[in-house]
Amino acid sequence: MSDIRNELKYLPSHEWARLEADGTVTIGISDHAQDSLGDVVYVETPEVGSSIAAGEEAGVVESVKAASDIFSPVSGEVIAVNETLEDAPEQVNESPYDDGWFFKVKPTDLSELDDALDADGYQNAIESEA
Amino acid sequence: MGHKTALYDLHKAAGGKLVDFGGWDMPINYGSQIEEHHQVRHHAGLFDVSHMTVVDVAGADARAYLRKLLANDVARLDSTPGKALYSAMLNPEGGVIDDLIVYHMDGWYRTVVNCATRDKDLAWMEQCAKEFDVTISERPELAMLAVQGPAAIAKVQNVANTAQAEAISGLNVFCGAEADGWFIARTGYTGEDGLEIMLSATDACALWQSLVASGVTPCGLGARDTLRLEAGMNLYGHEMDENTSPLVANMGWTIALEDPERDFIGRTVIEQMRANGGPDTKLVGLVLRERSVLRAGQTISIAGNDTSGIITSGTFSPTLGFSIALARVPRATGSSVEVNLRNKAVTVEVVKPHFVRSGEALV
Repeated sequence: MSDIRNELKYLPSHEWARLEADGTVTIGISDHAQDSLGDVVYVETPEVGSSIAAGEEAGVVESVKAASDIFSPVSGEVIAVNETLEDAPEQVNESPYDDGWFFKVKPTDLSELDDALDADGYQNAIESEA
Repeated sequence: MGHKTALYDLHKAAGGKLVDFGGWDMPINYGSQIEEHHQVRHHAGLFDVSHMTVVDVAGADARAYLRKLLANDVARLDSTPGKALYSAMLNPEGGVIDDLIVYHMDGWYRTVVNCATRDKDLAWMEQCAKEFDVTISERPELAMLAVQGPAAIAKVQNVANTAQAEAISGLNVFCGAEADGWFIARTGYTGEDGLEIMLSATDACALWQSLVASGVTPCGLGARDTLRLEAGMNLYGHEMDENTSPLVANMGWTIALEDPERDFIGRTVIEQMRANGGPDTKLVGLVLRERSVLRAGQTISIAGNDTSGIITSGTFSPTLGFSIALARVPRATGSSVEVNLRNKAVTVEVVKPHFVRSGEALV
């Protein structure tokens, strides 16, 4: 069973989003996604200061097995990226919801997160994929 | 649900992630395939390869039959009982039906062919056997374990019985021997020293458990693939298939033409191709030191050449820390090519198709 955290929102393409206390949104990939990809070897994050749009490609994660595009659940400005993934991409496998986060966005429209799945909805999405 | 090997329950208990592989439920990894890969390069790893198809060939014409069936020549094994040979089995058009290993035993031969090609291989072997006095016997009751890495042989000797340990001591590279119910071969698919052992289901489970207890790491098919690719070894269906000549898959050394009388299947086409100056394409190695991964199916373009190439196998090399690939390219290809990587043309270095051998980087 993969770990699905109740406090997070999810995309059917397996990204998670966490609304932080300061109103920013942190984005990564789910435990189910890292497990399906296998050992992650590279993460390509968007540049700090760049603008990204919800539903558009914002980065790439490459594992030994496959490359997978990363989509952002929210539009906004990228305010931080997890630079430690450059030397230690295995954090995505070991700690997908904490140390393995990808980037942070200052959202322009937080209501976009309402379109994302909650934990139960994401659980259903995974099960219907299987 | 696919076929299950004798070790299925042990894989489940060890946390193996089971996936379909050629109709078999096989472990792809037990956690981290990169960690499993490193264990084989530095210590010892244990693979269940029971999905491979074992086929014994016996009878008065066994040698003559295999000299017809295989592009390599089992006559090369005559003077060395136990010796093995890597060979292609060609169709009359000179394409590869399968690649295999054949061991020359006492009055009979053992072949090991791929699992995904099992049905067509057996049908072809039976069809070709009609004019020979031979019996073709699949051995589905045998399990097969591969123990690979610098410490592999010592680890097996420590848990084997006296007769088996003695047989292992006397084994040269690429040779097999029978000892007390085990068929033990000093072969593998990783570029490291090690053994492949064919044995009963019960013995396989016992051997698996005693090797794991002695510190040998279970490894899945994911690590097996990165290890073979670093070693520059072909995978059937990737580097060659029924429409690919062995000459374009770096298998020229396995085509035995020294006996002009030997009329093996596919010979005419191979000789014609050689007489016409050889094939138009060749298999090379590619190295990409950027933060991206070469993958099978990506297309290659070469400056000043209209013909494109293709990556046949690509991966991230855990030993080297960057991406490597095997690619089929036009014969005139020089020292670099452009690969279409995720809709971006990236310049990639061309190297000999061997990347790591016995733990040492070759590129």
